[in-house]
Amino acid sequence: MDFQTLMIIAVGAIFINNFVFARFLGICPYIGVSKQLDSAVGMGAAVIFVMTLASTVTWLIYHYLLAPLPSNIFVKMLSLSSPPDLTFLKTIAFILVIASLVQFVEMVIQKTSPALYKSLGIYLPLITTNCAILGAALLNIDENFMFIESIVHGFAAGAGFTLALVLMAGIREKLDLADIPPSLRGIPIAFIMAGLMAIAFLGFSGLKLG
Amino acid sequence: MSLFKVFSKGLYDQNPVFKQALGLCPTLAVTGSIENGLGMGIASTFVLLCSNLLVSLVRKGVPNKIRIPIYIVVIASFVTIVDLAMAGFVPDLHKSLGIFVPLIVVNCMILGRAESFAGKNNVGLSLLDGLGMGVGFTLALVVIGAIREFLGNGSLLGIPVIGAGYEPVLIMILPPGAFLTIGFVLGFFNWLENKRNA
Repeated sequence: MDFQTLMIIAVGAIFINNFVFARFLGICPYIGVSKQLDSAVGMGAAVIFVMTLASTVTWLIYHYLLAPLPSNIFVKMLSLSSPPDLTFLKTIAFILVIASLVQFVEMVIQKTSPALYKSLGIYLPLITTNCAILGAALLNIDENFMFIESIVHGFAAGAGFTLALVLMAGIREKLDLADIPPSLRGIPIAFIMAGLMAIAFLGFSGLKLG
Repeated sequence: MSLFKVFSKGLYDQNPVFKQALGLCPTLAVTGSIENGLGMGIASTFVLLCSNLLVSLVRKGVPNKIRIPIYIVVIASFVTIVDLAMAGFVPDLHKSLGIFVPLIVVNCMILGRAESFAGKNNVGLSLLDGLGMGVGFTLALVVIGAIREFLGNGSLLGIPVIGAGYEPVLIMILPPGAFLTIGFVLGFFNWLENKRNA
C-alpha cells in the first residue's frame, strides 16, 4: 500500500464513482439541502467528518469483532479454537454504530465548540439516515480495503458528496430566478439538473488511473 | 378513514416516490431494468410489512425517547433476514442489487411509516398501510424501470419490444438517465396535480 494506491482510491471516489452521480447514495440530503450555498457547505463538512470517522470505526469493528479472522478478539477472550463468523450482524452493527457515533459527535461538538455546533448542529441528526454513510462503510468491506485505504475512501467519498452538493447549490440559487415551467419547479428541475451534471461526471469515467 | 383508504392512499395520493419523494436512492439506483426494480420493490415491501407489524405490536411498551433507535434495530433485523434469504434463493438478483439490499435499512420510507403510522395504529391497520405503501413503492420502481429499460435497451422485462432498427438511447440506463427520468416523471405528476386543482 503506497501513496499511489491511496491517490487512486481518492480520485476514484471523488470523480469517477462520485457518491451522488454514479452510486446514487445520499440523494435525499442532496436534493433537500442544496437550496442554499451556506447550508450546502455546512452539510458537506458534517458529512466528510462523520463519514471519515464512521469508515474508521466500522472497519475496526468488522475486522476485530465480526469477521472470521484470527484477529477477532473473541478468540482470545473466550479462548475459542476457531474465530466465530458474525458477519451476518454487519448491517445491524454498522447502523447502530453510526447512529451512536453521530449522537456522540453532536455532544462533543456542543461542549467543545459552540460556534461549530451552531453551524453543523442541525445537519448532524440528519446524517444518521443518510445512506451515504452506511454505504461508505459497506463499500469499504466489499472492496476489501485495508485500514488506511478505508479512511481515505471515507474521506474522499465525503469530499465527492460535498463537491456535488456545493455545485448543485450554486446552480439552484440561480435557478430560483429562472423562468421554469410551473410543473417542473422545485424537486423535478433539481433532478433534471442532477442528470445533466451526471452526464458531465460521466466524462471522468474515461480517466485511466494506475 | 375507511380500510380501503388506508391501503389505497399509498398507491397514488401519498405514493412514497411520486408524491412524498421518499426512498429516492434505491429508486434511482436499481431501476435500470424492470426486473431489478421489481426485486427491490418486493424486498422493501417485505421489510416494511414486517417492521410495521412488529412496531405496532410493541408500540405501547416502547418508551417515547428511544423509539427511533428501537425502530432502526427492528428494521435492520428484517433487512438482514431479507439480505440472507436473497443471497440464498436469488443470488443473481442479490448481486445486481449490490449494497442496496443492506441499504434498505436507511430507506426513509420504512422508518417514516414506523414513525408516522405503525407507532400510532393497531396491527391490522398498520399491515394494510405497509402493504399499500410497499405496493406503491414497487409500482413506482416498476414504472421508472420500464421507462428506462424501454428507452435505453428497447426491451421490457428483457424481451425486445422494438424492432432491430431501433438505436437504444444508452444514456437512459446509465446513471444520468435515472436522474432525468425521475425528474420528468415527478414533473408529470405535478402537472397532473396542477390540472386537477385548476
